[in-house]
Amino acid sequence: MIPEIGNFALMVATAVALTLGTLPIIGAQRGNLRWMALARPAARMMFLLVVIAASCLVASFLNNDFSVVYVATNSTRALPVQYKLAAFWGGHEGSMLLWLLILSFWMFTVSVFSTHLPREMIARILGVMGLIALGFLLFILLTSNPFDRLMPAVADGNDLNPLLQDPGMVAHPPMLYMGYVGFSVAFAFAIAALLGGNLDATWARWSRPWTTVAWMFLTIGICLGSAWAYYTLGWGGWWFWDPVENASFMPWLAGTALMHSLAVTEKRSGFKVWTVLLAIFAFSLSLLGTFLVRSGVLTSVHAFASDPRRGVFILLFLGVVIGGSLALFAWRAPKVGLGERFEIVSRESMLLTNNVLFLGAAACVLLGTLYPLMLDALGMGKISVGPPYFDVVFVPLMAPALFLMGIGPLARWRKANVPEIAARLKWAIAVSVICAVAVPLIEGKWSIMVALGVLLAAWIVSSSMVNLWSRVRPGEGGQIGAKLASLPRGYLGMLAAHVGVAVFIVGVTLVKGYEVEKDVRMDVGDTVAIGPYTAKFVGTSEGSGPNYLYLRGEFQILRGEKLVRTMYPEKHQFSSKSEPMTDAAIAPGITGDLYVSMGESVGKTAWVVRVYYKPFVDWIWGGCMIMAFGGLLALSDRRYRLAQRQSSAGIAAGAASRA
Amino acid sequence: MAASKFRLTFLLPLLVFVAISGFLLKGLWLDPREIPSPLINKPAPDFHLESLETPGKIVDRKDMLGKVWMLNAWASWCVACREEHPVLVEFSRSAAIPIVGLNYKDTRMEGMRWLAQFGNPYVTSVFDEAGRVGIDYGVYAVPETFLIDKQGVVRFKQIGPVTPELLEKTILPLIRRLDA
Amino acid sequence: MKTVLRAIAVALLLAGASLVPWSHATAKEAAEVGDDPANERHMMSLAAELRCLQCQNQTLADSNAPLAVDLRQEIRELLAKGQTDEQVKAYLVARYGDFVLYRPPLQTNTMLLWFGPGLVLAGGLVALYLALKRRLARLEAMEREAQAGSTGALSAADSQRAKSLLEEENGEGSLS
Repeated sequence: MIPEIGNFALMVATAVALTLGTLPIIGAQRGNLRWMALARPAARMMFLLVVIAASCLVASFLNNDFSVVYVATNSTRALPVQYKLAAFWGGHEGSMLLWLLILSFWMFTVSVFSTHLPREMIARILGVMGLIALGFLLFILLTSNPFDRLMPAVADGNDLNPLLQDPGMVAHPPMLYMGYVGFSVAFAFAIAALLGGNLDATWARWSRPWTTVAWMFLTIGICLGSAWAYYTLGWGGWWFWDPVENASFMPWLAGTALMHSLAVTEKRSGFKVWTVLLAIFAFSLSLLGTFLVRSGVLTSVHAFASDPRRGVFILLFLGVVIGGSLALFAWRAPKVGLGERFEIVSRESMLLTNNVLFLGAAACVLLGTLYPLMLDALGMGKISVGPPYFDVVFVPLMAPALFLMGIGPLARWRKANVPEIAARLKWAIAVSVICAVAVPLIEGKWSIMVALGVLLAAWIVSSSMVNLWSRVRPGEGGQIGAKLASLPRGYLGMLAAHVGVAVFIVGVTLVKGYEVEKDVRMDVGDTVAIGPYTAKFVGTSEGSGPNYLYLRGEFQILRGEKLVRTMYPEKHQFSSKSEPMTDAAIAPGITGDLYVSMGESVGKTAWVVRVYYKPFVDWIWGGCMIMAFGGLLALSDRRYRLAQRQSSAGIAAGAASRA
Repeated sequence: MAASKFRLTFLLPLLVFVAISGFLLKGLWLDPREIPSPLINKPAPDFHLESLETPGKIVDRKDMLGKVWMLNAWASWCVACREEHPVLVEFSRSAAIPIVGLNYKDTRMEGMRWLAQFGNPYVTSVFDEAGRVGIDYGVYAVPETFLIDKQGVVRFKQIGPVTPELLEKTILPLIRRLDA
Repeated sequence: MKTVLRAIAVALLLAGASLVPWSHATAKEAAEVGDDPANERHMMSLAAELRCLQCQNQTLADSNAPLAVDLRQEIRELLAKGQTDEQVKAYLVARYGDFVLYRPPLQTNTMLLWFGPGLVLAGGLVALYLALKRRLARLEAMEREAQAGSTGALSAADSQRAKSLLEEENGEGSLS
């Protein structure tokens, strides 16, 4: 019964989405108040219906209802309850429902926090989002329904893929989707602005917080995915330039460019065309990613089961949404005015260069990801494009942007004073060079790649400090404390995000430069030196978990003669799968991780063991989280809180005078 | 003049998207994991191994020179091989060309038992226990089938089971051409 | 006679054996896997750039698929025989095609791949520069037109004041 309720809720939601996607938009074109007024209630209704559907699926999992195909393929009676919840998004059909759930949640949030928007705008925004939701609803109902029944029902299910039975699995997809799908809001704002013919600064001010939130979630989502791969897969890697990873990274790159562009449009009324285009790109890349993962067009460890029929549907959907929005752009954007004047060297031009660099990076990732497909489609051979390519091509592309990160915030609007900037950054350059030379030497081995990485990271941090110092330097206007407290949160957010990037770079550079890996054969009592530690194999034990049998190894970690900790890598044998899963033991630390994983057994008591020392690897994800925190800081800026308190009339008046 | 050039710049994203969509559409019908053989139109790699049925008797690739022949990689542990085997057995009865089996990474006992159970279309099977000959032929997913001409040049490779349709539409016409 | 000799031989053997420390009795520094650790490491670093053909997107170094294990052994032997990285890669490409390389070779059909990003970047920056120049020229032309056509405009002193006020506002305001 419950799955049928869920299915029915989706069908009603489709009708609502159809209404939402047509009437308010037409109403906004024609000035029909009643039709425009439908937008908010329809969006909220849709959210309610999708929540009902999602709840039905959750209930089916919790009730072990194996008459539902999706539950039978992704769960089992013995599955712990948190993974029964996570199994919701463990397979293709459920993850599509998650997409829809998060989309309707964003629609609901927009409908609530948009009292200050003119009604044509809100009608168009929610209408566009409703059209997108309509596409997903049709896709789910026609090709990927999680409520399909299995007759006769089975007694027990196939179990969730053991790789997914992990806390990271519970958090990573929802965070990622909040980001991906969140860009649909910026997209809808852009389309609404194009439809209404009004691309002024107020549009940018309204869409900025939505974009920042989406970007923040996407940053966290990608960070979690990378950390999860590191902790779960057992080979110490954290980024493989796999097509699905690239599918999440490209929207992030476009989204970062979008955030910077929106700031300029809001503050200076410039870049309107760029900003609209970037908003379209960011969401288009999200949709493209969804296609790539589910169509069977590319090979990936993450790919869901492929089906050309589904692929055709999504491609049609892409054609309508992306093609339609780009066509609208080509038609409407040329009419937009030029904006204010700025010189060739100015903060505006640096930010524009930033846009070009980030878009270029996204294009480069897209090229590498699609190239094998392109060659194959043209009959020109079959190649593979993997990490060796991306590592070589991507880093030089990003380096100029990282360099600009230090200069941009110091440049004046309209016309940058280059000699002044150079003078102020003198000591930042000096500090960076010193670090670039010293750090690799301290770590033990000097290498140009490490030096470059440290140079860029130190550059970003020291130039940010120069910037901050100029704002809080005691002098006229008050003391440091007072000045610090009065700094706008948006500014602090920017500093934090940039510092986060620097921390990330340090992590990547030092890990790649100095990680140690050893594959050794260890018998009971044997030791192996790894980094500053010695690992001693004590023995193994066996036992059983909730739905698996395990073999656990015990390793003592010594520094010199002192026992620092004990590590317990395991091998899990799940009842359903034959391949035992490696659960590596990881000892995280600020200056480095120790990583021990059991390979195969050789002989009676000996094992092949893989030990890693990964210096500063946690700085990779620490940096990402600092970036996300920067986004959060920016969101907590006063004017967003003020805006809620003021009446919509007051804001509209203020907006009109600035436009 | 300037206005239309301007216009074109705005159309560029749309045009790029259309191009990408074209590739994606074509891609829906391609298999990204199918690896075409680099051996086509190149000499078939040598092998000099014992036969499966008669240990001690050596099968050499050079024995097959002068005739068009088929090399079929199979294994007793391969499920898809069971699918194509009846087709091969039927085909061998027509005695159009000799079929040589490549018993890939198997044991003698399992291999012989499998042939006894499902039929033996092969004039002989090469016992490639270590899989070295397989690697030389670029085998990565049994069953795989090669067509080799009288001069010992590889002319065709099929990855996956041989179907009656493939036999009729592709393999037999090719054999006729090579025989001429 | 033969039996006596055999017995002495066995006794000597056993005596000699008892002098050899058994691996269980003494703990030692673990040996790296493989007979030749340097070759092993070389093989693994090469295998990290090669693709596992039976997997969904993994390197030969990371995969446990049967073919990956076999190919690693193959590479191990080739390297031990003294072959270079290039020769090993050529060996594999001859059998499996370019697909097996994760670093696409530089050849006619990968020109766009390797030079594309650089060209796009350079082209993008050049296009940006030209566009900015053009934009500036258009804005200047518009400004001149506006100035020429304006009547009852601000007095010279006032317009100076307005200009300096504008410049002040353009100071290092934050981006937010």
